[in-house]
Amino acid sequence: MLRIISPIMRLIEIPMVALQRMLGIHRLAWVFLLPNLVLFALFAFLPVILNIAYAMTGGDNVLLSDRPYVGGRNFSTLADCANHFDPNSCRDDKFWRAVWNTLWFVTLQVGFMVGFSLLTALVLNREIKARGFFRSVFFFPVLLSPVVVALIWKWILQREGVLNAFLDWTGLGGFNWLIDAEWAFAWTVFLTVWAHMGFYTLILLAGLQAIPRDVYEAALMDRASPWRTFRRITLPLLSPTMLVVLVLALIRSVQTFDEVFAFTGGGPGTATTFIIQYIYEEGFAGAPRLFGLAAAASLMVAGVLVVLTLVQLWVNRRNVNG
Amino acid sequence: MSRVWEFLTATRGNGRLDWTDWITYGYLALGVFLMFFPVIWLLLSSFKTEADLQRFPPTFLPYQQETLMVDGYEEPLPLFLMTEGEFEGRVLAQVRRVGLQAQMVDPANPEERLRVTIDQREPVEQVSLAWENYAGLFERFNFLQFFWNSTFITVTATLLMLLVNSMAAFALSKYEFRGRTVVLLLVIGTLMIPQTVVLVPLFLIVTELGMFNSLWGVIIPGAATPTGVFLLRQYMITIPDEILDAARMDKASEWKIFWRIIVPLSAPAIAVLAILAIMWRWNDFLWPLIVLTQTENFTLQLALNSFQGELQTDWSSLLAMTVLTLLPIAMVFMFLQKYIATGIASTGGK
Repeated sequence: MLRIISPIMRLIEIPMVALQRMLGIHRLAWVFLLPNLVLFALFAFLPVILNIAYAMTGGDNVLLSDRPYVGGRNFSTLADCANHFDPNSCRDDKFWRAVWNTLWFVTLQVGFMVGFSLLTALVLNREIKARGFFRSVFFFPVLLSPVVVALIWKWILQREGVLNAFLDWTGLGGFNWLIDAEWAFAWTVFLTVWAHMGFYTLILLAGLQAIPRDVYEAALMDRASPWRTFRRITLPLLSPTMLVVLVLALIRSVQTFDEVFAFTGGGPGTATTFIIQYIYEEGFAGAPRLFGLAAAASLMVAGVLVVLTLVQLWVNRRNVNG
Repeated sequence: MSRVWEFLTATRGNGRLDWTDWITYGYLALGVFLMFFPVIWLLLSSFKTEADLQRFPPTFLPYQQETLMVDGYEEPLPLFLMTEGEFEGRVLAQVRRVGLQAQMVDPANPEERLRVTIDQREPVEQVSLAWENYAGLFERFNFLQFFWNSTFITVTATLLMLLVNSMAAFALSKYEFRGRTVVLLLVIGTLMIPQTVVLVPLFLIVTELGMFNSLWGVIIPGAATPTGVFLLRQYMITIPDEILDAARMDKASEWKIFWRIIVPLSAPAIAVLAILAIMWRWNDFLWPLIVLTQTENFTLQLALNSFQGELQTDWSSLLAMTVLTLLPIAMVFMFLQKYIATGIASTGGK
């Protein structure tokens, strides 16, 4: 591959040298930055501005020029509820179902995932051999694509699948998991935790291993019990990393779509429909395609994510200004 | 030998097995089972025939009924073990089955037809891999096309990302220029704009650029990632400036410095980013779902998802397709797992 790239790079050198002569070394930096900035401008910043425009227009045309201005109507449609806790009393009940589903999901999923990641990191941090192997074992599902993860578990959870076969054998009896709203929800929490915890385990493990050994030795010399050591030493020293993990997990969890869509399609009914799926269905899968509503909902999710990302940046502030 | 013993008995304390060690290794064993079994089950199931898949409770390994070529018959005949009746204990080949009756022959004596009832026999089975599940993918579905789409997107997007991000990281790490802080802030700002919240306008932009329903509509928007820029920038900062100054004194152009010095020296970070990019692009789902609407442009992920709707009862094909979809990434992982683990741990986040 180098043989193809090398001559191309040499070709690029020609205009680059010319630009260097024109602009001088310092301003050449802009040339290096240009492709990235163009992509960011086009595919990140411009869309944010357009999102606001979409949210304030109606109709199902994708071209902004053909969309009538409706002001805050999309937002008021979404917010229109007699009782915000009861989606059935809302004008856009699907939106509120998605919101509540997402809130429950994020709380449970992040809770379990960070919990198990911490537990696993603590176990892996012990004096065990083949730590690299076990680390890879827990990380392995992170590589699998969301659709593959969904299908793997869908296959296991079939009415005649291996889980039910096992339960039958133990005498507990099988169950039609995916048809029951609450179990379907529980399984989406389970499979997303299964698929992603390895990633956070790695980060927490790195955080644990950064704690110097002599701190533990000092604790041992003071005859501190393991629980005391954990509470008074490990946990405080680990808390910055825990915060990073928590925020990262929250940011990702709010955006959950792929696995769940492939696993249950949002069902049964709307039991596992989360907010990104709502945006997808209103804006792209339904008829008419309600871009305005989708954009309004997107902005609300964006607001949440901005807050979370700011928290993340604040936690990491020392690393950014290298 | 004593090293093996040491390994097996590595414990927390003074050589005795502490209860915490039991819990530790128990937890790890459970973890290995929980993480690996689902995928192994997928793999095994993908080699079972439809008939084998319908069996409940399922067997662990894929089994198929043994068959035998018998004189006087064109097709191989399925073999059964007689469990009752006058032929009990013998292995007979079945010629035909009508309702509750079956016509069998002894392979050693094929002229004589023997009549039995179906409850007197059970199939003789052997472990056998149903490769036809996989072969069928290429014949009945446009599998190669989907594979090509996914591969093209992944490779092109990764190369584009590596080039664009390393250029930007180079500028942000090795140059002093007015506006550098602003640009850095802009890049950080991009962190707050994940694809999921700008789907609608992204769709417009991609359509206006004529990239709708094209693989490029997936490749290009994904190429500029703030994570990539940060990752490479952090690494490039550690490259000593003296190297660049020496090269400049030798009249090397900046591009040459970039291409011949910075990039090779940043190889570890570039490798990590490449692996991440390959993973992200291969596993991409939502954005391709929106952009690629024609079946011939589907990536493997889209095809897999769309077929699970159509092939509700054809799990053998679906499972085979799932295995083939996960195989490339699994292989990348196996060869490069060391870099992934250390890379992610050191950068502390996606």
